[in-house]
Amino acid sequence: MFEQILTHAPALAVAIPLLGAFLTPLVSKINGKLRNVFVVIITALTSFIVALLSYNILAHESVKFAPDLVKNGIQTYIFGAGSAGDPVVRIVFEVDGVNAFMIILAAILPLAAVIYSWGFMKDETGQDKYYTLILLLTAGMLGMMMTGDLFNFFVFLEITSIASAALIAYRVNNKFSVQAAFKYIVVSTIGALFVLFAIAILYGQYDALNMAVIAKSIQYGLLDKIALILLIVALAMKAGIAPMHMWLPEAYGRAPSSVTVVIIGTTLGSFYGILRVGFTIFGEQIISESNLEVGIALGWVLVGLAILTIFIGVLMALKQNDFKKMIGFAAVAEIGYMVLAFGAALATMYQDSVTGITGISSSGLTALKGGMFHILNDALDVSLLFLVAGAVYYVSKESSLNRLGGLARNMKYTTIFFIIGLVAVSGLPPLNGFASKLMIYQSTYEINPILAIVAILCSILLLATFVKVFYAAFLGPKLPKFENVKEVPKSMLIGMLVLTCVIIFIGLFPNLVVENIVTPAVTALQNASAYIGGI
Amino acid sequence: MSFIDSLSQLYETLNTDSGFWNPLVWITAFVIVFLIIYIIRGYGNKNYKKNTEQTKAFLSGNPEFEDKEKMHVKAKNLYWGFNETLKGLYKLLDRMHNGNTSDFILWFVVILGIFFIVLGVL
Repeated sequence: MFEQILTHAPALAVAIPLLGAFLTPLVSKINGKLRNVFVVIITALTSFIVALLSYNILAHESVKFAPDLVKNGIQTYIFGAGSAGDPVVRIVFEVDGVNAFMIILAAILPLAAVIYSWGFMKDETGQDKYYTLILLLTAGMLGMMMTGDLFNFFVFLEITSIASAALIAYRVNNKFSVQAAFKYIVVSTIGALFVLFAIAILYGQYDALNMAVIAKSIQYGLLDKIALILLIVALAMKAGIAPMHMWLPEAYGRAPSSVTVVIIGTTLGSFYGILRVGFTIFGEQIISESNLEVGIALGWVLVGLAILTIFIGVLMALKQNDFKKMIGFAAVAEIGYMVLAFGAALATMYQDSVTGITGISSSGLTALKGGMFHILNDALDVSLLFLVAGAVYYVSKESSLNRLGGLARNMKYTTIFFIIGLVAVSGLPPLNGFASKLMIYQSTYEINPILAIVAILCSILLLATFVKVFYAAFLGPKLPKFENVKEVPKSMLIGMLVLTCVIIFIGLFPNLVVENIVTPAVTALQNASAYIGGI
Repeated sequence: MSFIDSLSQLYETLNTDSGFWNPLVWITAFVIVFLIIYIIRGYGNKNYKKNTEQTKAFLSGNPEFEDKEKMHVKAKNLYWGFNETLKGLYKLLDRMHNGNTSDFILWFVVILGIFFIVLGVL
């Protein structure tokens, strides 16, 4: 049975939430509770399909459910006529280790968000539209992370941008939400325009839109260089890399917390786009003998941007007195750690003096693994903190830390979830953030000790930031205005619990995750020829 | 790979190239240290009196306010010294984060320019 599902799993993973999105308003007409159950079932089903698909790609050959579907670690799914090699109108989904890794995130986050929303949104109007957009966003995010076609990538990018902007502006009575949504859509549209321009350049050059076909024929001429720069910088803006990050704390801070959790997935989807462009489409050219200095220079530029991102993110977070905006800036800093890892890996490229083969050094490989691992950890940790911020807002209707205090006395479970999120995001042992940050610190130290020192220092400042939140919002005497505050509804606690369980599991067994999920993703990322051969 | 092999990975140490990390060993060590501290604590002074001056927080000699709200240190007052020391830097960062969408795009153009210069020269 699994084999039949797996054959169409890439299509089902997008089709189920998409169909669910269109059915939600209809189900909503019948009953609100039924709609909530329906949306939870749809996201749970999508997560199940994604889990099956990822397992079948990442698992060892002998324990795969359908080993025949996976060739060289890649499952290809073709929509439309013709076999993979024919130049016909068709869409190709190509799922390798990197995609399998990313879609796990894209499935977990909406599931936690939807369960959480049950209680969090219960008094809000327009829930049919809210859930429709969440499912649409999930479909767009999964499509973006699985497509093997550049133009499709652009289409899914646009779907996620429009759905995200609408969701950020969900509380239309709040002028700041509408303003943040406006800024988000302006930034997203300009970014997407440049992505489209780069795609047009590549299409004009190679008469192809398929990533593998373009990667196979790319020459790295002037126009290709322009396309590479446009793609990387536009996606970097969408991923929130400094100094193009200003939209992110506003959007994250003004959207309802459950929405922010899903938008984190789309931000990481853009980050995935940078990896796909840099390592797959241009990978064989950048990591080659003739362009070695280009790869190294690109690596150092990314390292520079990463340090700037971490620094600005942490310093601005420390200054904030708005709970959600503070987490938004902390999220910017966390993205910096990922960029640092990938930039450092590129900066360590070398050419073997005997064989003449170029490649990434062993410390660079550890940085790659650390960076990839941190994508997963960051998404989980930051999402948990946003859900906690949402819970605090739900009971107090306050997001200013200056007006909060003593909530730990009435909200014991939420406080525990916050402490777990705090420890994880600050990179303290024994939780997941520590494992990935340790890999980044050690590998960057070998490349340049100053990088590791800055990274560790900023992690300490990040801890100081969340200690400030902990003290200001949760500790202190019970304030009279919060005398009657009660713990949040069960569904919200379950939403936070889902993420907490995953965080603790990864924290306790990091090697299991690194060996079975992260390493296959990093291997796939480096192996552009396998991706090219998948078509 | 068998199921037993997968289970054995649960407690395997994460190799970080030049180091390693095993949270289970760390937790075990943490628990042992905690127990030692707890035992040492047991040898402490037994003259502790509950609900007396001994248990009250020391507020640098200041009286405790009746109003609970006044007793809570607000977020804006935390890390005051840090913020004051970096006032110049924060002024610059605030100017950068002015919320103007045109400036967001300006930074995008600046970064595009940097990439064009770096990758164009090479």
